[in-house]
Amino acid sequence: MTKKRLVYFDHAAATYIDRPVRRAMRPCLNRVYGNAGSLHSFGRMAKNYLDGARQQIAGVLKAQPTEIVFTGSGSESDNLALLGVARRYASQGRHLITSQIEHKAIQQPARRLMADGFEVDFLPVDQSGLVSIDQLIGRLTDQTTLVSIIYANNEIGTIEPIAEIGHQLAKVRADRRQRGIKTPLFFHTDACQAAGYLDLEVDDLGVDLLTLNGSKVYGAKGVGLLYVRSGVELQPLAFGGDQEGGRRPGTENIAGAVGLGAALELAQDLKDDESERETQLRDYFIERLLSQIPQVVLNGHPRHRLPNNINISVLGIEGEAMLLWLDHYGIAASTGSACDSERLEPSHVITALGRPHQYAHGSLRLTLGRRSTKREVDYFMSVFPGIVKKLRGMSAVNYE
Amino acid sequence: MSKDVVSGDQNWAYSDKVKDHFFNPRNFLNEDPPAGQFDAQGQVGSLACGDIMSIWLKIDPDQDRIVDLKWRTFGCASAIAATSVFSEMVLKNGGLTIEEAIKISPSDIMAELGGLPARKVHCSVLADKAFRQTLNNYFRIRGQHNRIITDGSRVIDLDLKITEQEVVEVIHQGAQTLEEIQARLKVGVGRPEVKAEIEKLIEKHRGQESKPFCPRQKP
Repeated sequence: MTKKRLVYFDHAAATYIDRPVRRAMRPCLNRVYGNAGSLHSFGRMAKNYLDGARQQIAGVLKAQPTEIVFTGSGSESDNLALLGVARRYASQGRHLITSQIEHKAIQQPARRLMADGFEVDFLPVDQSGLVSIDQLIGRLTDQTTLVSIIYANNEIGTIEPIAEIGHQLAKVRADRRQRGIKTPLFFHTDACQAAGYLDLEVDDLGVDLLTLNGSKVYGAKGVGLLYVRSGVELQPLAFGGDQEGGRRPGTENIAGAVGLGAALELAQDLKDDESERETQLRDYFIERLLSQIPQVVLNGHPRHRLPNNINISVLGIEGEAMLLWLDHYGIAASTGSACDSERLEPSHVITALGRPHQYAHGSLRLTLGRRSTKREVDYFMSVFPGIVKKLRGMSAVNYE
Repeated sequence: MSKDVVSGDQNWAYSDKVKDHFFNPRNFLNEDPPAGQFDAQGQVGSLACGDIMSIWLKIDPDQDRIVDLKWRTFGCASAIAATSVFSEMVLKNGGLTIEEAIKISPSDIMAELGGLPARKVHCSVLADKAFRQTLNNYFRIRGQHNRIITDGSRVIDLDLKITEQEVVEVIHQGAQTLEEIQARLKVGVGRPEVKAEIEKLIEKHRGQESKPFCPRQKP
């Protein structure tokens, strides 16, 4: 059989485990098998590895090791942040603010809280996907206990002004103190997509809670973490163990945690060079897409966007049909089209940009990674215009 | 396709037949047809829902037989494949009669495709709907109003046998005013009570381009 050429442009969905990360994890898949809670030497060895990972991550975030809570995924961390804080402080305030373009792991728990009688504001975004800080501040009340805004959006790659929001919220906190209002105001961000490219130091960002996971930063799947600033209390989602300070019970995933530590450290080491390289490749890719295919628009912000994110809408055709053709040529991509979702709903992110539905149905996300090359982009551009032409030729929508 | 690019053996959710019709669609309308090439055209679906299907028919009036059917589809792979396979079913052996073709049900299309993922079923339902819409337009052009298929929807124009469903379909496709709807359907010309009825439907369904309303989709 002829070898099929494979091109992976779906790094925002999942990354491979990079070599140094695999190397760091290896002992934990082998001789380190004790339970980190056990007193004997096997347990102590596991505990050492776990502590090491915690310390390593605290170093990356410039945080304390006790502030790192390992979880099973980014989604779990988001749930823990939102539900954990809202429920713990419900007696002091029952109002939350988030945005219309959050990951579903924020959106759905927020809806859950609304059903439980909480008030949630979903901030609109502008056409490029940016939240307005003025609007955010304007929505705050003295009952607001939590603000959660995604650091960089997973679909369109727009980077939100997290540090600036953190700075403004600090002023609101100071004002509350002055007025003798005891209700705390916490700030959470989901940084899963941002981790490989942006600053993660929690004090610079002014965040109290921050979500990260392994599967987007060349670590393993099945491991995530929530940074929880000292003094912030959480009502856990599950009960039955004292692990992670009682905030997340369950025997620890040592291999996952060690991999996440190695992955985050590597990501921060590579951050500057890789951001520059991928930004150049991204802009080359976008330029070719927009200039070679008529009726294509870029979704998201032209500059405030992740170095690896390209999201376009190809008018007149549907995303799933594009994906199948691309897959036929060995290319992996993703779409916000309703046809590709279990619920048959178009992407809430593209829709929130104020674009017509057609833009969501015809959206295509291409996300680059450490191994992506110009040759791969050129290969993509050698097949994609033909796919578009073919699908438009049989489309009932006149795209002109 | 270059030598090193071959289709792999991925285990897709779609059947081989669906893939075949998606990658090699039959009977789609390649170029806009000159006037007179077809006897009728019809369209269902909306951009809000994410599926739009158009069908063109050429009918032999003496035999009441469909001698040509072409289509265009905006939609996912299964919508494209379903329309393609439907066109083959209608055109086989020189074309079915109208009476025979009307009997093709969504489950017949499904069976012909070798099944579809459960959440994709609504797409195949669209092919027979678009076909009936086109047939109705044909019946209107021929003045055969007694043959119009109403599918259980409320008939709001008794002269032309136009249903509420048809009017709503046109509103979803972007018609905003009574005049625009009349330009498309000729509905209620000279009947004030029908016009009032349509105004009500516009009021109710206008602007749903921005708020999806997809009756074909499962809730």
